[in-house]
Amino acid sequence: MMHGARKIAVVGAGPSGLYATAELLRRDGGVNVALFDRLPVIGGLARFGVSPDHAQRRRMIAVYDRLAVASGRFDFHGHVDIGGALTHDMLRRHHDAVIYAAGASSDRQLGIAGETLPGSHAATEFVGWYNAHPDHAHRQYRFDHERAVVVGNGNVALDIARMLLLDPRTLRKTDIADHALQALAGSRIREVVVLGRRGPAQAAFTAPELLELCEQDEFDVIVEGVEAPPAAMNGDALRLQLLDELRRRPARHEKRLRLRFQASPTEILGDGAVNAVRIVDNELVLRDGVVVAQATTRSEIIEAGLVLRSIGYRGVPMPGLPFDAAAGVIPNRDGRVIGDDAAPLAGVYVTGWLKRGPRGVIGTNKQCANQTVRAVLDDLHGGALPACAADPDDFAMLLQRHAPERVDHAGWRRIDDHERQLGAAAGRPRIKLAGMNALLAAAAAPAVRAA
Amino acid sequence: MAYVIVGSCVNDAACVDVCPVNCIHPTPAEPGFATADMLFIDPQICIDCNACAEACPIDAIYRDHDLPDAMRRYKAINAELAAARRS
Repeated sequence: MMHGARKIAVVGAGPSGLYATAELLRRDGGVNVALFDRLPVIGGLARFGVSPDHAQRRRMIAVYDRLAVASGRFDFHGHVDIGGALTHDMLRRHHDAVIYAAGASSDRQLGIAGETLPGSHAATEFVGWYNAHPDHAHRQYRFDHERAVVVGNGNVALDIARMLLLDPRTLRKTDIADHALQALAGSRIREVVVLGRRGPAQAAFTAPELLELCEQDEFDVIVEGVEAPPAAMNGDALRLQLLDELRRRPARHEKRLRLRFQASPTEILGDGAVNAVRIVDNELVLRDGVVVAQATTRSEIIEAGLVLRSIGYRGVPMPGLPFDAAAGVIPNRDGRVIGDDAAPLAGVYVTGWLKRGPRGVIGTNKQCANQTVRAVLDDLHGGALPACAADPDDFAMLLQRHAPERVDHAGWRRIDDHERQLGAAAGRPRIKLAGMNALLAAAAAPAVRAA
Repeated sequence: MAYVIVGSCVNDAACVDVCPVNCIHPTPAEPGFATADMLFIDPQICIDCNACAEACPIDAIYRDHDLPDAMRRYKAINAELAAARRS
């Protein structure tokens, strides 16, 4: 740590927090950055959201982590709950500025009958479960039935469908959680229905995800209702072209993914547990220039033992900070958090999904973080933020008192090494430690026990 | 020959920053960046310098000759997206 430097705290060690950290350190040689996360690991959704069979995308964690460390002006404080044991006021008092990059950890709900039945779950939880998120590792799902329904057709919905349909031997080559690998190895699911309320042209998944479905040879993909692709090539046209290609393929596998368009769930049915979903067909109408789904009177019942809603993430309030409950974001202007009187809260900033809502891919957060960092540095050097006079030793004591189980960067490195070594011993890329106790033990002790 | 961006692209745009001939699109300054499924390299402009491949934080850029089998189609996809942009 550089003496006399300005101190910036970043809360949330996912892609947004990593991008903000790297940009702060790159743009200004006179700042120190302290990165906080309530979990003892770096990565956020790059670790716990990105699908195990897309682990290539996780590499951004190590790249930006390394960049931060190389600056010599970076600290990681893992397993510190900001807004919990350590309040926003404590953090703000001891830093020149605080950037919140806490993401959107909750999910949107369907608001239909039966949604809370056992067997009906949020995609966020299911994804956390197969990615060994400590909050979700303990969950249990039933796979003793033949069909699952995923509501929503974004990339997360397709991730889930692949996890439910890929051969366990394929999954074993990924860093999927051990408990999920074991549970899915006994799965009887043969069909996953992915429901989209609008048509193929409005679908939320991206073209590369469809191309991946074209390239795999483990399950059929059945596309219901695709118009011919337009001649001009753009992202949308590519999607439609790939859907058309999938539609023309002959069925040849025992398992299948059904992409069902223009259908919405109206009720989840079951006696004590989910056994079916009632859906209604939609027609598409143009309203104010936007294609919207409008329910028809045609409905259908699809038998299913598992229903996963994947219709979007949702931000949660940070204690002590304003929150726009309708949008699920912290109100801000260009990343400057604004209070009820629309005036900026001095020294408090936000970036990523908590700033603009849960939209875009990993890299979208880089431009978002760059904008917030510009605001921070403009305020820091434009005289809007007086230098923080708090004694660093006082903050160290505060951390000691309120986060005695804090995991520092060396601890995170030990977890990372440990997981890679466990993976190497089992012929897998990595075996993630699933429970908080296991993570904290690995952070404290470097030794890997021989298998 | 040219370099090719594949589907694991996360739109980080580190490649855009280092490309000496500005052949990677959409750039963060261009319309469509926020909603782009992926970035692409214009093979008619690419000079094979390898800077983008080195800069990519997730190794999603390949020399066209080195594309893994499951990603071969991205050569045509990059070329078609580039042609559509030029037209």
